[in-house]
Amino acid sequence: MAQRSEITVDESAARACMAALRRALPPDTLLTDPDTLRTYECDALSAYRRLPLAVALPHDREQVRTVLRITREHGVPVVPRGAGTGLSGGALPHPRGVLLSLARLNRILAIDPRNRTARVEPGVRNLAVSEAARPHGLHYAPDPSSQVACTIGGNIAENAGGVHCLKYGLTVHNVLRIEALTADGETLVAGGGGLDGPGYDLAAALTGSEGLLAVVVEATVRLLPLPQCARVLLAAFERVEDAAAAVAAVIAGGIVPAGLEMMDNAAVRAAEDFVHAGYPTDAAAILLCELDGTEAEVEAGIARVRALLAEHGATEVRLARDEAERERFWKGRKAAFPAVGRLSPDYYCMDGTIPRREIGRVLTRIAELAREHGLPVVNVFHAGDGNLHPLILYDANRPGELERTERLGHRILEACIEAGGTVTGEHGVGVEKLDPMCRQFDEATLRQFHALREAFDPRRLLNPGKAVPTLARCAEHRAMHVRGGRLPFPELERF
Amino acid sequence: MAADADRGEALAARVAEAAAAGTPLRIAGSGSKAFYGRPVAGEPLSLAGHRGIVAYEPAELYVTARAGTPLAELEETLAARGQRLGCEPPRFGGRGTVGGMVAAGLSGPRRPWSWAVRDVVLGVRCINGRGEILAFGGRLMKNVAGFDAARLMAGSLGTLAVLLEVTLRVDPAPEASLTVSLECDMAEAIERLAAWGRLPLPLAGACHLDGRLHLRLEGAEASVREAAARLGGEARADDGGLWAGLRDHTLPFFSADDPRPLWRLSVPPATPPLPLAGEWLLDWGGAQRWLRSDAPAGAVRAAAERAGGHATCFRGEGIEPFHPLAPAALALHRRIKAAFDPAGILNPGRMYAEGGP
Repeated sequence: MAQRSEITVDESAARACMAALRRALPPDTLLTDPDTLRTYECDALSAYRRLPLAVALPHDREQVRTVLRITREHGVPVVPRGAGTGLSGGALPHPRGVLLSLARLNRILAIDPRNRTARVEPGVRNLAVSEAARPHGLHYAPDPSSQVACTIGGNIAENAGGVHCLKYGLTVHNVLRIEALTADGETLVAGGGGLDGPGYDLAAALTGSEGLLAVVVEATVRLLPLPQCARVLLAAFERVEDAAAAVAAVIAGGIVPAGLEMMDNAAVRAAEDFVHAGYPTDAAAILLCELDGTEAEVEAGIARVRALLAEHGATEVRLARDEAERERFWKGRKAAFPAVGRLSPDYYCMDGTIPRREIGRVLTRIAELAREHGLPVVNVFHAGDGNLHPLILYDANRPGELERTERLGHRILEACIEAGGTVTGEHGVGVEKLDPMCRQFDEATLRQFHALREAFDPRRLLNPGKAVPTLARCAEHRAMHVRGGRLPFPELERF
Repeated sequence: MAADADRGEALAARVAEAAAAGTPLRIAGSGSKAFYGRPVAGEPLSLAGHRGIVAYEPAELYVTARAGTPLAELEETLAARGQRLGCEPPRFGGRGTVGGMVAAGLSGPRRPWSWAVRDVVLGVRCINGRGEILAFGGRLMKNVAGFDAARLMAGSLGTLAVLLEVTLRVDPAPEASLTVSLECDMAEAIERLAAWGRLPLPLAGACHLDGRLHLRLEGAEASVREAAARLGGEARADDGGLWAGLRDHTLPFFSADDPRPLWRLSVPPATPPLPLAGEWLLDWGGAQRWLRSDAPAGAVRAAAERAGGHATCFRGEGIEPFHPLAPAALALHRRIKAAFDPAGILNPGRMYAEGGP
């Protein structure tokens, strides 16, 4: 099928759409004042900014439906947004579109301790679910680092992960049922009240679809019992490669840690200066390995992990003696991004995933690339599942430095693909990784993604220009690679 | 044992040819789940020869196998390295292939505490209805590049694509397993499970049949012993084939000699006993309920729906197997099928009638 170019909206359609929205919605649900719109010009990937035509802030599902029906009627794009904590520009406004904020749909509709589920609106914050479940001895397992602010709707759109996902899964493993509205404003139910639903697994398709398939208006998520106990080990290494080998050894040893995180020396020092976690600042790298479960299970596991870490060259292994020390160990890790933020005016957070055995090699490669580009890179990441988060330090006020940062970022993602990895582990493609997607997927697969999208949204009005690159863009991107930046082949098909 | 072979290109050529001619294809692995779903009229496309484990890296927790690889062979390979599939897929008649496992998407007794089939799918290579070979996902647990079309394949019964190769997450096998059994009726079993479900117990199975509640505990030796003591009842390491019989439907409850239809109800686990006459077997801690009953299909489906779930007629003559979809949902299913298979040649009608997937 012909894969057409992304959406174009003419001025008069946009004006007519705005007038219709004004007529149909209460005044406090539609923002058009440029100063107010400024709040919504970007998500947490602030290098990309744009103003939308308007921001819609519906109070309930029916108002969401109204927005979708009117925008569809006028052929105007809609960009859904949760808390705006996304790191790939997935909620970047469309200049001729409506930004649809789900923030006001923020009610926890039910906590069902007998069935161990929570039914929530999309604007409910991730951490609020666990807080509401805690009195019942339950929690919601996915815990992205932004969990204080990020919302369940956004988590579903991005298939958010977190520290605990090796053991407890990503968002896709923890959402049972989704109610969403299609671009036509039709209700779509995916999954079911039990552990599955009839028909295709639409919950899997919607999770991680970056707002291109439907707008989530309600979700039922699984709650798990709080573990009886959790203990964390801190191990220091003289060489990054040893730490990487230790990670592989722990997993190969049949242990599934609740969390297994790695920080390099620069990250360790930054975190220590910032929160005084008690980290060994002379270590080339540290690992934090948390085990949870029953007391007996955790005790046996800790002994095994200790032995494996020592065998793989750990110069020091410390077991957090009590809950206070455990929290302190984690505090350093959780504060690592803001701590690194103090080192430099700006930083750019990458998100590639690679096979664990490649960690040492890819980190060495990243260090080489960093030197070549003259920009420091700090590494803090989910080692247990090979999900790297290299942080490139730069200063956006220095001419050319942002461009150099992006070039370095793309080289790092290429290194991830070459190592058998992926360009995004948990932050999504958004607008940021459209070009690397061209490297990861062939044309037939990309065409299939577009066809799937059009099955949900034939007019491609939901979050256009995100997540899946057009074939024309990829053709250009590939040609640029081949031809060293000269103009792409004129005979290439254009859509 | 048959030789490993990669027949991907030949299979893709066959699909392309069928698409051009508009010839429907009936995709088959070992045929162990041929009874499941609606009958398909089409030329057989056998995946049985396309077999072999392509990659297995225990330390990376994944295995990649061609679709025709026998499940038994895959499981043996994993067991030799102390690993297994968390989703515990059924092996009806002792058979089943890796591709069939993903296409049917059926998970075993461990599912609520471990993973479903769709959960362990990390990536697939497949042939769409145009005869194109596509790759979705990869070999990594964490990968959000592109739509999750790999997981969409799980349970789609070959109506979207012909699976060629699947990459699955594997997990370490536990050190110990114990089964605890208690006398109680179904209503009391549901109550107990609702309470125990909130405790951090190393559960890995919970079923109720013939007036007994059986709990499987898995994990570190000390941990399962402690949990067994806490739950009370009789604990034994030898489960007498209970969990395998439940998984593979070899328990007498599932006997093919029983003329009554076999229903599978998927409902919230704490749903009280449903008012349907017949014989019940509770699995998945109450979230999957098997029913042998002559009750009218409409009554079974209505009861499941009232509870917030759905009902599948697993075995039964003349009854639509899958829970009917609302008109808008069915229309979306048709568009999704058309997106993958525009000529409608891959297992047409295996799930729903009249142009449904």
